[in-house]
Amino acid sequence: MQISGTDVLKCMSCGRCSASCPHSGDAMQTMPHQFVALLKRGEVEKLTSSDFLWKCLSCFTCVERCPRGVKPAAIVEAARLMVIRQQGEAHISAGEIPELLDPELPQQLLVSVFRKYKA
Amino acid sequence: MIFSYYPGCTLSTKAKEMDNHARKCAEVLGFKLEEIEDWQCCGAVYPLGADEVASKLSAVRSLHAAREKGRELVTLCSACYHVLKRVNEDMRDKAMQKTIHTYDDTLNYGGETKVLHFMEVLREYVGFDKLKEKVVNPLKGREIGAYYGCMLLRPSSIMEFDDPENPQIFEEMLKALGAKVVEFPRRNECCGGYISLKEKQKSQEMAGEIVANAHKCGAKELITACPLCLYNVAKTPDSNIYYFTKLLAEALGVGS
Repeated sequence: MQISGTDVLKCMSCGRCSASCPHSGDAMQTMPHQFVALLKRGEVEKLTSSDFLWKCLSCFTCVERCPRGVKPAAIVEAARLMVIRQQGEAHISAGEIPELLDPELPQQLLVSVFRKYKA
Repeated sequence: MIFSYYPGCTLSTKAKEMDNHARKCAEVLGFKLEEIEDWQCCGAVYPLGADEVASKLSAVRSLHAAREKGRELVTLCSACYHVLKRVNEDMRDKAMQKTIHTYDDTLNYGGETKVLHFMEVLREYVGFDKLKEKVVNPLKGREIGAYYGCMLLRPSSIMEFDDPENPQIFEEMLKALGAKVVEFPRRNECCGGYISLKEKQKSQEMAGEIVANAHKCGAKELITACPLCLYNVAKTPDSNIYYFTKLLAEALGVGS
């Protein structure tokens, strides 16, 4: 909760964050409202083991639309930081990268990936 | 009028045309973009963790450099704008100032610089009426939609760029250039962002929905300010998306 800088107790469980999420409708995901609920209950392992850590796009739609200012994206980010700081390695390996590149790919994408997939 | 200018990594490489067009347009419109010296990459993603400091240093250095010149800091890339503006906001906090100073004691910075997107310069310093007067090639009959994406708009409490749900700034520009403006509901939806490296299918799905929506509303061309949005959206056939600066340069008669 400290890393996320949020106050989950403000959440009134309206679900607007998950309804706005680009991943709403994707099956078997821990959605933003569940991240908030899990943190509220202190079930941190469920947060850090969720695949959603690598799905969240940081588009900030949940942050924008939350009527209580809870910032679900920051909770996802905090859980992601906990994982990458503890495992000490990246979610992507250097060897994987070359075959994923194409001539149009902007530097911005690689820099973003380095920020999001490693500590 | 002179503004300090932060091009960022992609505008210095893959999106060099956006940088070129912006400088030429600025000249026509009566202002100058003066690149700050020794700028470093902003990191492209704003560090969301409340305990992250080192990853904000590069942005602070650029903000600090602009303040030393006594100028506003202008940027074009959506990601750079997002990072610079949010880090600038963080720097108004006394504890953060102290911590940053511990990392780099040449930095005594308290968020004084005004961060502006090139579009804000058009809106607030040039004015869309004046822009209209400068148009030599009106984009008559061209049906164009503006794709905003995420970074410029959200979170609006900090970005203060435009209405996050119904932005109008690019539409105002398109009107001034004489185009037929096409507003489409998905213009502020995410393109898939950085997941397009590893999860190409998901980002292509998302971008595909944006393009389909724009086409349905009648857009024949799309403009953006974000190199990553451009990359993701351009994967969809017939997206016909390009940087807004290309259109601006064309209308102002300085396109190549």
